[in-house]
Amino acid sequence: MQLIAFYILSTVVVLSALFVISSRNPVHSVLWLILSFFTAAGLLVLIGAEFLAMLLVVVYVGAVAVLFLFVVMMLDVDFKQMRKGFADYFVVGGMIGLALLAELAIIATAANTDQVRNFDPSPGADTNAEALSNVLYTDYLLLFQMAGIVLLVAMIGAIVLTLRHRPDVKRQNVGDQIARRRENAVEVLDVNPGQGASIRKENEK
Amino acid sequence: MDILNDISVAGPEVLLVAVGLIGVLIGSLLKDAFNGLSRLLGALALAGAAFLAAGQSTGDAVSAFNGLYKITPFIAFAKTIAFGVAAVALLMAGEYLHRENMNKFEYTLLILFGCVGMGVMLSANNLMTLYLGIETLSLSSYVLAAFNRDSRRSAEAGLKYFVLGALASGLLLFGCSLVYGFTGFTGYEDIAASEQSLGLTFGLVLILMAMCFKASAAPFHVWTPDVYEGAPTPVVTFFATAPKLATVALLANTMFTVFGVYEQSWIIIVGAVSAISMLVGAFGGLAQNNIKRLLAYSSIANVGYALMGVAAGEVNGASAVLTYMTIYVLTSLGLFGVVLAMRRRDGQVESLSDLNGLSTSRPGLAVALTVLVFSVAGIPPMAGFFGKLLVFEAAIQSELYWLVAVGVLASVVSLGYYLKIIWAIWAKTTEEESLQPADSMVAVSIYGTTLLAFPVLVIWIGTIVTLINTTTAAG
Repeated sequence: MQLIAFYILSTVVVLSALFVISSRNPVHSVLWLILSFFTAAGLLVLIGAEFLAMLLVVVYVGAVAVLFLFVVMMLDVDFKQMRKGFADYFVVGGMIGLALLAELAIIATAANTDQVRNFDPSPGADTNAEALSNVLYTDYLLLFQMAGIVLLVAMIGAIVLTLRHRPDVKRQNVGDQIARRRENAVEVLDVNPGQGASIRKENEK
Repeated sequence: MDILNDISVAGPEVLLVAVGLIGVLIGSLLKDAFNGLSRLLGALALAGAAFLAAGQSTGDAVSAFNGLYKITPFIAFAKTIAFGVAAVALLMAGEYLHRENMNKFEYTLLILFGCVGMGVMLSANNLMTLYLGIETLSLSSYVLAAFNRDSRRSAEAGLKYFVLGALASGLLLFGCSLVYGFTGFTGYEDIAASEQSLGLTFGLVLILMAMCFKASAAPFHVWTPDVYEGAPTPVVTFFATAPKLATVALLANTMFTVFGVYEQSWIIIVGAVSAISMLVGAFGGLAQNNIKRLLAYSSIANVGYALMGVAAGEVNGASAVLTYMTIYVLTSLGLFGVVLAMRRRDGQVESLSDLNGLSTSRPGLAVALTVLVFSVAGIPPMAGFFGKLLVFEAAIQSELYWLVAVGVLASVVSLGYYLKIIWAIWAKTTEEESLQPADSMVAVSIYGTTLLAFPVLVIWIGTIVTLINTTTAAG
């Protein structure tokens, strides 16, 4: 049963990855990419790494893929222009691809298959979320917190370098909105036919 | 594992993080009303952290956080000085930021978090802690360099620093991964105990290069003059003092403790970097007319002298490095105070010719600047001389005579530009209006550091040398 699921999922991963690079429309590419992320998450569930599977869906599908979609849709990238140098780069690119393939082959032949088969997804704990959190929040607490501070500094930096307060921008003021009463918002006028009504503006009061 | 014990061992950083986070909250509530107050709060936190670190500098080495963090007296002393000068540098910034329209509470927060990074990288006992500490400090520094975002030069300084700094971080990570790959460990003790291999030496050299970049030692110094010139002066005051001392102390500590057994691999490299830095700093400064660029070259040369102490090895050099850097950053604080005080009615000036006739217009400032320049040049009765004496002595004890010869040569050459400043102050005259009076905190730090650099109070150097000697002996 597991084997059948594995073959189905891995076929889908490989096919959708092929479609990512072969489809002409970049938006379709991103959609294929999302499909391959989902099926890869399924593969992770199969080997018992549920936490990693959820993380893959949340981070890669929820954030990264959406970011890709934004970039593809918002930026005016001329994909035809980008495809132009294909022949020039083919030799170098092909060589890099072959090198990668050779490395993968070496790993596949040299890998200790016993280690892979007997791999324990949650060492020393019942679930892998527990195993991970044991490491992350006890052994490496300092590093976890420091990583948080690095991100906080990045946030403060981004805000301080880019946020500008423009005085002419109208902002929502929740307090004002709640304090607003019917009397100072609505005025009942008796309008005579053919004369129209003169409306006083609020700031002229 | 006792978390309370860990927190008390990492007390200085925990205090800074706590105040920084509270500052984020208060800042988002009070907004601009918090700008002035934040600096006071930040300086108090830094002073408190310095106090806590001073308390640790007499004790034994303790480690915390599952061996990721370790404090030795050497480290605690470096932290004390670094946090202390950071507090003064923060207070000195006040009036300038206000005048130049940069008065934001985020300035304080970035300095605070930068100091957290400084403390963490200094007390790192694991390559991962080291990397995170360096990154926290660097990220804050990049933003601080570009803090005057309406100024093209400040933005350029920030961008240059960021791009080159990212390269240095890459080298550091590459070095760490090689060390990890060839030893199988990231903890310092394990690395020190493992077998030496070619890959480990490669990793060690890459880590050393990244640290030299952060300490602005030549040939990794190219960013320094541009960043010093472009970044706002109070930011440069910070860069040239606290992080400078911290990175040199970090370099010394990492080489001594982690790679101490592989001394033969790095002594010649550190010696060469030291010699090149001294020469680049000495000759590069000769052509400068901008006082900030000139001080940048001066700081490159001074890092070179400090590295001479590192090249002398732990036994001879450890206390010399720390003493040299302490004296240098205190003098630097005063020198950049003078740059902050160089202000006419229409704004800051930073050309060397703006110092012309300072002896008649502002005699007090002229005397102070003379003492500080003599100190940083290493002229005998001033504090800087004793620092240089100690590193030269350490190098002679380790039989690095060629390095001492280069150091003496560089000292003589760099006198060329130091005397140019003195000449401008005392011998030249000017038609321009005199400088505006310095802001109170800037004046306090100028005259305070002048007193420290002056032979009258030379006794403090003796005290500090014995203190540092005991701390390094205990570490």
